[in-house]
Amino acid sequence: MNDFVNGFWPIWISTITLGGIAFCVGLLIFASRIKVNVQSDNTNGHEWDGIKEMNNPLPMWWVGLFIITVIFGLAYLFLFPGLGTYNGKFGWTEVKQYEAEVAKNNEKIAPLYAKYAAMPVEEVAKIPEARDIGKRIFLNNCAACHGSDAKGSRGFPNLTDNDWLYGGAPDTIKLTINNGRNGIMPPMAAAVGSEEDVKNVANYVLSLSGSIHDSGRANAGKEKFAVCAACHGPEGKGNQAIGAPNLTDNIWLHGQGEAAIIKRIHEGKNNVMPAWQEKFTPEQIHLLTAYVWGLSKK
Amino acid sequence: MSDIKESAVIKTTIPEQEVVLSLYKSADKIYARSVSGIFHKWRWVMVWATQLFFYGVPWLQWDGRQAMLFDLEAKRFYIFGLIFHPQDLIYLSFLLIVSALALFLFTAVAGRLWCGYTCPQTVYTEIYMWMEQKIEGDRIARMRLDDSQWNLNKITRKSLKQFAWITFGLWTGVTFVGYFSPIRELVPAIFEWQLGGWETFWICFYGFATYGNAGYMREQVCKYMCPYARFQSAMFDGDTMTVTYDEARGEPRGARSKKAGENANGLGSCIDCSICVQVCPTGIDIRNGLQYECIGCGACIDACDDVMDKMGYAKGLIKYTTQNGLENRWTRQQMWRRLLRPRVLVYTAILSALTIGMVVSLYFKPDFRLDVLRDRAMMARYTNEGKIENVYNLKLENDTETTRDYALQVTGLPDISVHISDNNGQPFKGFKPFETRNVIVELQLPDGVTNAGSHKIYFEMTDIASKDTIKEKSVFIVPSN
Ligand code: SF4
Ligand code: SF4
Repeated sequence: MNDFVNGFWPIWISTITLGGIAFCVGLLIFASRIKVNVQSDNTNGHEWDGIKEMNNPLPMWWVGLFIITVIFGLAYLFLFPGLGTYNGKFGWTEVKQYEAEVAKNNEKIAPLYAKYAAMPVEEVAKIPEARDIGKRIFLNNCAACHGSDAKGSRGFPNLTDNDWLYGGAPDTIKLTINNGRNGIMPPMAAAVGSEEDVKNVANYVLSLSGSIHDSGRANAGKEKFAVCAACHGPEGKGNQAIGAPNLTDNIWLHGQGEAAIIKRIHEGKNNVMPAWQEKFTPEQIHLLTAYVWGLSKK
Repeated sequence: MSDIKESAVIKTTIPEQEVVLSLYKSADKIYARSVSGIFHKWRWVMVWATQLFFYGVPWLQWDGRQAMLFDLEAKRFYIFGLIFHPQDLIYLSFLLIVSALALFLFTAVAGRLWCGYTCPQTVYTEIYMWMEQKIEGDRIARMRLDDSQWNLNKITRKSLKQFAWITFGLWTGVTFVGYFSPIRELVPAIFEWQLGGWETFWICFYGFATYGNAGYMREQVCKYMCPYARFQSAMFDGDTMTVTYDEARGEPRGARSKKAGENANGLGSCIDCSICVQVCPTGIDIRNGLQYECIGCGACIDACDDVMDKMGYAKGLIKYTTQNGLENRWTRQQMWRRLLRPRVLVYTAILSALTIGMVVSLYFKPDFRLDVLRDRAMMARYTNEGKIENVYNLKLENDTETTRDYALQVTGLPDISVHISDNNGQPFKGFKPFETRNVIVELQLPDGVTNAGSHKIYFEMTDIASKDTIKEKSVFIVPSN
């Protein structure tokens, strides 16, 4: 909880609240003891600037309602957290109510989820209703990075193609969603060599996917690529075990062209996908996995 | 004339002495005497009109469902052909504003018209008093019954009255709940003891409120609880029609024999029979002038007109008139002319403008919804074909009870093409009743056809069946490299 319920303020609030109620009760008692002289014209003798106050006594039921309101107020303050740090007799709070409602709702949809959870991901992906649930989870949580159409953008992988940094098997996708991923490429410029070497290696990398490149530089860079091969493999085909991208296709996560590649060699990259297992239930992740897996299986 | 003699005994003025009173006092029971007359008839016309509406409407059917149903669970409000959703709340605000303005207008023209003839408090009180009268008799009989010892007669009449009151109250409660929970299932459920907890609660609550307010609280509601009564005086002016006692004509009041003539012994026209006081549902004496308790029901007019008739005097000692009219002894026509005063004209103008606006916008209200959410994380990207692509999430909702097809057109940038990658190739077809669908739309623009930056575009969604079109604005971003 915050500072608001610590120290002086709770006492202040409680005093004002209870004092207010006490004042109201006192006023009622005080006022009910006052007697007024009713004149023959049914005014009560009070006069301000020539305006006389009529004798219009309040009805008794009104007094009754007033007392009931006071009792209600006190009962409310006794049952619910309304006085400073006091939590109420039975600990009824909005948070608990919310949690209870969530639990109740989860219980209601549990059989549906259980049905899908028992099926393999490949099967679930074929059921339109299941895909719809997965899609909704995706739109609400994953689309912020990967895009509503899951095609990603620079720095955020496209999930609809068949290129997987860590592998596209259902279990791998599920692992990725559960634990997140942290793709690290260290700055390699120093290991590659001079500025010229870096440029040569970049052209070699471009040549791997048949992109526009300077073949002289590419040839010169081939040898220096050895330091990159540790992760990306001798043929540049990448390594899904550590999430090293395949450099021989035309998919560029962090930008296309010589300049972008040189930049990566200089700066490296630390790319993070957060872990979701805290936020979702295993059943939800199962459905999400099926949706994501299904995206590239058209 | 026996009525008049009998009631002359009732004292209506405070005795000439000082009394000591507390600030609180239990309310005196008011035994309103029954009346007949033109305003009484009008009140009953309104009772029938409002109650036939209230009790009848939930039973009407429309397109195989209840014509007027406020389905809170599905968050859908059906009013005949119209269907409202929580996002249409603006119409409710409109309705409330229009109602408030109508109240202002009626109040400015003729005071508490609403209170006297249409207010549920008046209407139910009228019905409850009618039952009371049928069972316990008119004023004097009721007073005698209340004063008498408990005997079989009293027990029978009192329990009969309670039975009638409670039954009517519960029926009102059932009808009320029937607006929220289909009444054709609700009523059988009551007889099968299958009622849900909330339904039972609200039936009892509303039933009890009717019973308590119309049976016991009556004028107390008007005098102490009603907020309208608190501020209606702000809408009155010198030309507002109100129920008024013609003091100049009536005073000095005094009893006399019928033979004595209208202005015998220097008396005014009021014969001081106090019938106008006895019929008043709020228990006031209109002869003391306009008072906040007066709900403008006109009962005293009917009563006094009757007395004047019997005495052979001209009617209208108590009548609907305006303050200015009375002071200047205006004719009806002169008073009507004052209807065209600025206050009334301004209220009328605003009221008609709002009403027309509301009806027109209801008529053109499209029965589907489109929300366009542009993907924000990525501004734009290039496809493998080198086109610039922006991604949008369209949320399309069919608000009708039939299956609908829609068609999308994107305008604002020439050469823009729509690409939809999922939803089985029929993204806008076959929307089931009330179905909401998220359709992901990719818009593609060939590189180089326009300059970098943000461009206004429009998503135009058309309902094939009704030809209604919704136009939603969005932007297409062209990157600068
Ligand atoms: S105003 Fe009319 S009803 Fe009232 S006391 Fe006078 S004559 Fe009777
Ligand atoms: S004074 Fe007349 S109009 Fe006003 S509430 Fe009483 S009976 Fe009705």
